[in-house]
Amino acid sequence: MAATQVLRSEWTKIRSVSSTIWTLGLAAVVTIALGLLISILSKNDYDNLSREDKITFDPTFISFAGMSLGQLAMIVFGVLVVSNEYSTGMIRTSLAAVPQRATFLFSKIAVATVLAFVVGLATSFISFFVGQAMLGEYKAQIGDPGVLRAVIGGGLYMTLIAMFSMGVAAMLRSPMLSLGILMPFFFLISNILGNVSATKKVGRFLPDQAGSKIMQVKTPFDDDTPYGPWGGLGIMVAWTAVAVIGGYVLLKKRDA
Amino acid sequence: MIELEGLTKRYGEKVAVNNLTFTVRPGIVTGFLGPNGAGKSTTMRMLLGLDNPTAGDVRIDGKRYAQLKDPLKYIGALLDAKAMHGGRSAFNHLLCLAQSNGIPRARVHEVLDTVGLTAVARKKAKGFSLGMGQRLGIAGALLGDPEILMFDEPVNGLDPEGIHWIRNLMKSLASQGRTVFVSSHLMSEMALTADHLVVIGQGRLLADMSMADFIRQNSRSYVRLRSPQRERLLDVLHQAGITVVEAGNGTLEVDGTGAERVGELAAQHQLVLHELSPQQASLEEAFMQLTAESVEYHAHADHQGPGDAAPGRAPSGGPPPGQRPGQGWGSGWQQPRKGD
Repeated sequence: MAATQVLRSEWTKIRSVSSTIWTLGLAAVVTIALGLLISILSKNDYDNLSREDKITFDPTFISFAGMSLGQLAMIVFGVLVVSNEYSTGMIRTSLAAVPQRATFLFSKIAVATVLAFVVGLATSFISFFVGQAMLGEYKAQIGDPGVLRAVIGGGLYMTLIAMFSMGVAAMLRSPMLSLGILMPFFFLISNILGNVSATKKVGRFLPDQAGSKIMQVKTPFDDDTPYGPWGGLGIMVAWTAVAVIGGYVLLKKRDA
Repeated sequence: MIELEGLTKRYGEKVAVNNLTFTVRPGIVTGFLGPNGAGKSTTMRMLLGLDNPTAGDVRIDGKRYAQLKDPLKYIGALLDAKAMHGGRSAFNHLLCLAQSNGIPRARVHEVLDTVGLTAVARKKAKGFSLGMGQRLGIAGALLGDPEILMFDEPVNGLDPEGIHWIRNLMKSLASQGRTVFVSSHLMSEMALTADHLVVIGQGRLLADMSMADFIRQNSRSYVRLRSPQRERLLDVLHQAGITVVEAGNGTLEVDGTGAERVGELAAQHQLVLHELSPQQASLEEAFMQLTAESVEYHAHADHQGPGDAAPGRAPSGGPPPGQRPGQGWGSGWQQPRKGD
């Protein structure tokens, strides 16, 4: 069983269902559009900011504000890529064709991850340039220190969110269950845990809280986060690895 | 060739497949028969490496399924018609399967043509009828031009034309020397297609024999008698050494003796007969009897088995199946007691 055969097969699978276009398209459009909107609002609101807030004003990070919503579409993409196999019964056909379950799962995740990275990176760059155009005089340049890292990081963040969702979906199998856990978690719970002072120390080690650090160029004043941008991304990579390996272990021993 | 060796699947306390050992040979259609819930689908899933056996082993051409390189080229399977993504077109469904096993794209067009789906190849599978879905599943099974084919309940949901098509397809595949393994819960369907039968009930092997042997052993022929002088008739037949079974409603059944001899005996003794008719139990009845007994033993282990409870029954009949055709299962062992 050549892995290239399975990769080609998974590419055919992913490009031949409409949910791929819908979810990735939505992720890009929502992220860019919301980033644009918030960039406009931030520019208009700049004069009302306190002195500290003006110093730590982070135009790069502001242009990525749409990701908080756009990532939900990325989660749906990641969940559906894997759980579609189960909800449709295709999994039995797929595993009969590719009985090496590691090859099957990792090829699927690899293809979907590359696709998510391409879309995520494009989205990140477009969000940045559109956002900066709206910010006018307060804008950041791509050549400024840390900015290119943040923009590429935005693409990596979206990719990892999708990949984490694939791992979770491989463990849970049901799309409804996976989305029912992931969507509220990333949209609400993680934000609450990360912003309430009592839980902040734990909350910032959650995958999205840690991973989004890479998109910051300027650190807020009272920020005592014990990791830097790459450290944060590393924490997110670790979460993703755990989810994917967990998905593989369960797939390996479970009856299809 | 498919070889099962002591194959067992347990779900907690429940034994779905119990120590199955049999071989499916090339060149013939082997029917895999059992009532719903007998363990047919579980067995087939273990065959494809989808479910892990609790114990025992399955070999495809001597190898474990996971050891097969490009398995679709060895064994093609139709498990259930809807085991596909409904949003994908028929062509793309087959294409992704073909690519995973290094099968050329041209072969996709060939199998679509074979199953008659070329016209709807670009349509999404969710718009397909059950019959079309079944055909697409069969196209997937044929994709790798495999030597072994396995179909789980292939005629389900097909119209008469489709049923006819699939019967001929299975026969022609077997005649090309391929191994064809097909499951069904309908004996009548198997009688038309299968050369060899494997019957299971409650996960256990009940029969593994050629169709011809199965028919010979199980389609009991007997003579049905009705007479107003029933007691005298019984005496006469008993004196002649003929075994009689009471079948209820005043009818008697005679095994192993032709209608001619029974009629002549009655004439000699000037007995009035209201009915004297040769009967043939259907295979469906024989199958129900065979599988029902496996259920019976489990459900009422404290009762006497059918063999013990029917002293009037001809022991020459061999195995229990076919002893009492034409009646609901479970009634067979009770009725003779009343009459005896």
